[in-house]
Amino acid sequence: MRDPKKPFIPERDLDKSPVLECVELGIDFGGLTAVDDFNITIAPTEICGLIGPNGAGKTTIFNLLTKVYQPSRGSMYLEGKDTKNMNTIGVNKAGIARTFQNIRLFNRMTVLENVLVGLHNEMDYKLFGTIFRLPSYWRAERIARERALEYLSIFDMQDMADYKAGSLPYGSQRRLEIVRALATNPAILLLDEPAAGMNSSETEELMENIRKIRDMFNIAIFLIEHDMKLVMGICEGVAVLNYGKLIAKGTPEDIQNDPQVIEAYLGTGGGERENA
Amino acid sequence: MLILDQLINALQLGSIYALVALGYSMVYGIIKLLNFAHGDVIMVGGYIAIFSLAAGHHPALAFFLIVFGCTLLAVVMEKLAYTPLRTAPRISVLITAIGISILLQNLAQFFFEARPLPLHIPLPTGSINIAGTTLAYTMIITIMASVLSMLALNFVVSRTRLGKAMRAVSEDGEAAQLMGINVNNVVTFTFAVGAALAGIGAILYFVRFPVVTPTVGAMLGLKAFIAAVLGGIGSIPGAMFGGFAIGILEVLVTAAGFSRWTDGAVFLVLIIVLLVRPTGLMGRKIVEKV
Amino acid sequence: MKQFSLRMPVRYLINACLIIAFLIIGNIITQGELLSRAQNNIIIQVGFFIILAVSLNLSAGYLGQLPLGHAGFMAVGAYTGAIFWRMGVLPDGASVVVGLILAGLAAAVFGIIIGIPALRLKGDYLAIITLGFGEMIRVLINNLPSITGGAQGLAQIPRHSTFLVVYICMVVCCLVIHFIMKSRHGRAILSIRDNEIATESCGVNTTYYKVMAFVVSAFFAGIAGALYAGFLGILVPSDFDFMMSINILMIVVLGGMGSMLGSIVGAIVLTSMPLLMVDLARYRMIVYALLLIIVMIFKPSGLMGTYDFSLSAIIEKIGRRFSSGKVEKEKAQKGGDGNA
Repeated sequence: MRDPKKPFIPERDLDKSPVLECVELGIDFGGLTAVDDFNITIAPTEICGLIGPNGAGKTTIFNLLTKVYQPSRGSMYLEGKDTKNMNTIGVNKAGIARTFQNIRLFNRMTVLENVLVGLHNEMDYKLFGTIFRLPSYWRAERIARERALEYLSIFDMQDMADYKAGSLPYGSQRRLEIVRALATNPAILLLDEPAAGMNSSETEELMENIRKIRDMFNIAIFLIEHDMKLVMGICEGVAVLNYGKLIAKGTPEDIQNDPQVIEAYLGTGGGERENA
Repeated sequence: MLILDQLINALQLGSIYALVALGYSMVYGIIKLLNFAHGDVIMVGGYIAIFSLAAGHHPALAFFLIVFGCTLLAVVMEKLAYTPLRTAPRISVLITAIGISILLQNLAQFFFEARPLPLHIPLPTGSINIAGTTLAYTMIITIMASVLSMLALNFVVSRTRLGKAMRAVSEDGEAAQLMGINVNNVVTFTFAVGAALAGIGAILYFVRFPVVTPTVGAMLGLKAFIAAVLGGIGSIPGAMFGGFAIGILEVLVTAAGFSRWTDGAVFLVLIIVLLVRPTGLMGRKIVEKV
Repeated sequence: MKQFSLRMPVRYLINACLIIAFLIIGNIITQGELLSRAQNNIIIQVGFFIILAVSLNLSAGYLGQLPLGHAGFMAVGAYTGAIFWRMGVLPDGASVVVGLILAGLAAAVFGIIIGIPALRLKGDYLAIITLGFGEMIRVLINNLPSITGGAQGLAQIPRHSTFLVVYICMVVCCLVIHFIMKSRHGRAILSIRDNEIATESCGVNTTYYKVMAFVVSAFFAGIAGALYAGFLGILVPSDFDFMMSINILMIVVLGGMGSMLGSIVGAIVLTSMPLLMVDLARYRMIVYALLLIIVMIFKPSGLMGTYDFSLSAIIEKIGRRFSSGKVEKEKAQKGGDGNA
């Protein structure tokens, strides 16, 4: 499946089986091809970036990976499992979690409750146990609460646990979304523009935290980002999308020197005009 | 020619539903509001007719007052209750619309009591014979009047500046606003046109069912609404088609001897349409952006 | 730093005492000669309207949908209970319990039949399809006279709806819904209201929880229906028309969608006011409709918002005020440790 000439995965991971593998994934909207021939392989514990000009179809790819849209063609494997018949809920259970470009928190619920929704499938008591308040309910709730606070402590947010999520400042909302996604115990975490609206010191901190999360949970991270400093700083592999097609894959250095990528970002013939 | 009789009968009923359905569909197309009170506008039209005719007005003046009164009511309703809710959650707007509907019904009950009042709309009586079928003038007038109204609406929507603005707002309200269209005016205009059509619908309805009660608009409104959903809410040709389809269905069910099940049949159509094709036969699919 | 908080068993004990106290007071009042027959009837009506409102609040307030067919579920329960009670196959006490459960189950079955297809739709479309289903139920009842008595109605229903029965049903309804909401199931329902796509991305089976909320809501509406039948002793299909659904919706909306306390207070006020002030009954619906519109424009969250009353929370607040001096001292000490 993989093109040996353009190694997307650094050598150290080549012997591991990939956590996410997309083969010729594509989707059309009413005859218009939004994404076509999308191939990618991401190894466990790899941090990868997806970049491209506005409207290139980056978020559409995240929506395909999380089955918000069903792909028109191609296939996708999560830890070797075919996701063909899965829906959004199914792929989450199979190990994919995400954040959203336009933040989608449960605004009228508290910060803690937001994380507890992420932990939903980690609790196993049934409706019967709920109504009669059986020991299974108390035990699961207590453990879940402790774990939720632990997750919140990654970003030092445990003191905000009882605030309404909608009342948090913007940066904390982005962080809470990441915490909620992590709580679903994913094998790969998709971050849709995690640094959007952050200043450079906040971005710096975020980069630190993304690495920390990877090392703590041993998960792969796939992120869409416009901030090149972040992408080039933490990503081990970068994919470039333009007009719904991958135009380059490789290490950050490869990408920075790829003539096609430069063209996509600066426009056709940009170099020549400069010469003239 | 029993079949032809029934067909004309169905067309008469269907054209009334179509006129009322247009109001639902146009308003929904523009601000995604299910104007629950639209049916009650017709009830108000009925009471206006009673008073105007009792006062000895010329029928033409009475007709004008009905249409004008309905239009005015809709505009006031829109300005007082719906405009403040332009950015509110959809559920609040829907509840408000239900509130207005109940308010109108109960005001009517308060002033005129629940007792049904007879209403005789003065249209030429008599009939003509075509190919063995007796056609009452009222039937012909009803069908003609609604077809003319729909043609006029079509002209307004496709040829005039305001019509163009309406289409722009229903396509994308924010973009329309950025292009310098006064969205508030367009919405008010849409309510006015919808209510004017309902006013005409009211006259034609009471020609066929000459009794006014405070809740007369509720069932008529509901069925017209179902017609709008069937055709694809937000679509003008859809509303016309849906209206005729519901009219034909009702006449068929009654003719088949199940007159007690006509309401049930209409609701069944609603349920089936919503389950199989919620956007109706001519509606567009709305995709949520993620 | 440890905040003053009541432990769970203590909270439960406080609430249990309250519930029993209300039961005893209510029973004394309704059994004795303290109140007129009419006033007794008001208390019972308030009881089943609380059940109706609290159950509708589950699907309208917590789940965030707008079902307009609650009266339909109520009708199913009412006729099921009434028909069962009229058969009189069991001794009175058992008959009441079995009849109520059957009524709830029958309504819940309809809840599943209606909920699974209806909940594929959202917002306005869901409102309309539930309205359609609600009306269908009424048309069916009207046209099946051999079972339901048709338009003439069903008479001579044993009057089982005593204060005790209604009160117990009400408490069970409120407790069960409260317990569901304070669990992973309830959080799933709330998160669907706030953001359905994000809920799915968290691996929560949204369809299951929507149907669950809908079915539990229908179950209690069915029980309330049976209580209604056992209270009036006679049923006619027109009792369960669209206006009944709207009446219940008004209670929930005015009380505050998503607040159980709001639904309870709303049910008490809106049900008892017109009965207490007969002179005003003429204006009742006009005032309610105006209130509905005004509340939607100026305070869409309803009069109570999402505030939920909790005696334990109030006791905790007082407790904290008393111990706040101590807490501050601890804080200061902690801060000092940090610096050192």
